[in-house]
Amino acid sequence: MQTVIWSEKKRVVIGPDQPVVIIGERINPTGRRRLAAALEAGDMALVRDEALRQVRAGAQVLDVNVGVSGIDEPATLILAVKAVSQVTEAPLCLDSASPKALEAALGAYTGKALVNSVNGEEAKLKEVLPLVARYKAAVVALTMDDQGIPRDVPTRLAIAERILNEAAKLGIPAEDVVVDPLAMSVAADDQAGLAALQALRAIRDGLGVNQTVGASNVSFGLPDRTAVNAVFLSMAALCGCTCPITDPTVWELRRALLVADLMLGRDEFAMQFIGAFRERSEQA
Amino acid sequence: MADLIALQEAIIKGKRNDVPGLVQAALDEGMSPQTIINEHMILAMKEVGQRFEQKKIFVPEMMIAARAMQAGLEVIKPLIGQGGAGGGLGTVVMGTVFGDLHDIGKNLVILMLESSGFKVVNLGENVPAAKFVEAAREHQAKLVGLSSLLTTGDPYVKATVAALKESDLSGKVKVMCGGAALTPRFVLEECQADGYAPDAVAAVRLAKDLLGFA
Repeated sequence: MQTVIWSEKKRVVIGPDQPVVIIGERINPTGRRRLAAALEAGDMALVRDEALRQVRAGAQVLDVNVGVSGIDEPATLILAVKAVSQVTEAPLCLDSASPKALEAALGAYTGKALVNSVNGEEAKLKEVLPLVARYKAAVVALTMDDQGIPRDVPTRLAIAERILNEAAKLGIPAEDVVVDPLAMSVAADDQAGLAALQALRAIRDGLGVNQTVGASNVSFGLPDRTAVNAVFLSMAALCGCTCPITDPTVWELRRALLVADLMLGRDEFAMQFIGAFRERSEQA
Repeated sequence: MADLIALQEAIIKGKRNDVPGLVQAALDEGMSPQTIINEHMILAMKEVGQRFEQKKIFVPEMMIAARAMQAGLEVIKPLIGQGGAGGGLGTVVMGTVFGDLHDIGKNLVILMLESSGFKVVNLGENVPAAKFVEAAREHQAKLVGLSSLLTTGDPYVKATVAALKESDLSGKVKVMCGGAALTPRFVLEECQADGYAPDAVAAVRLAKDLLGFA
């Protein structure tokens, strides 16, 4: 199954036979004071910077999140979307917990965006899916619902299935739903990594949809986080994650995905891997 | 002579199986439960907190230490007839705000508060403002802790703090907030909460500060 999203100038295809698509995560103020302060001040220079850096590092889609406490999120998200679109051609992943902000951003975006996110909660389904349908966007579906974040695989699969059904009722096809089976911190629960990988597999085999994971979560609270994230990312790619949300400017993470593609037979003559290696050596 | 250094070490290293025996040995020698808790076990947890803040240990190590601590407390509990580490520092009501189902951070804070001498009432997740107020009143809590991971939780953090400050509990109960979505500025200035803590160890220190335990 292929998920296709686009900006005014560029089309990105996400699918199991394609190299992994990196959704760049850096435009997100959570835990980043400088970016949070810039967003509060309405200053988009840093946002533009981050957009460029990530695209140069191999991001094909950019996540845009401006969630700072107390900020005018709809207005700021529009500003950020426009700023990013000025400097890159990458299609965007519009990321907000607020349906109002999502609606504003969808209105300001030219192309087919990925909306981040809906989940199995009644309120979310009611508020977010109609927006996705109206703007003919694609959507990230988190496998959690009103009961919380399930630890087990069958419940995650069932929630994914339910969201797909609700989406279908509004005319959103399965290929426009990208499931995120929620990788939780292995520091808090040492079975969380395994559960996420098993969920990826079960959802791929059962529903055939594209999947993302927020890879930085798994390593929260651990030392050597980059190593943990890198190994998890390559394992996730094997298990059915086709478009992870991660930081491509960290070479170890990008490398893990390039190697994963190579090992999974998605990198003809190893050209992507060699190309990235050469580009990097030349910069050094 | 009971080996209290070994007891502290066992807590710090998270040796859940060793701690109860060491506590029992100290009790058998006639040491009072309060002395064991306040002068030895809580000291160990303090050390754990410090090592965590110095990045010498990591979240899983802090968790197993807190669990080892609780295994020791289980031995003492029947003797003092109270929950937590005797709950000597008073009662804290904790919950994740309305609209938010995240529990890991909140539960870590609870674990650390309990092992530091507080009694904690866990309201769970998705907790409406009124429930915080009700629980604080019912349990005569001195402190309420709000956890919020999503920016959609902002209005509920604000509403919950306001509900507490405007209730009959005003002046009797302090409010502290933490969680990925929150900034100190929003918590302290906009919501007028009494304190902000970025992580579980900071939350324990803040709780002690707010309630006057240095």
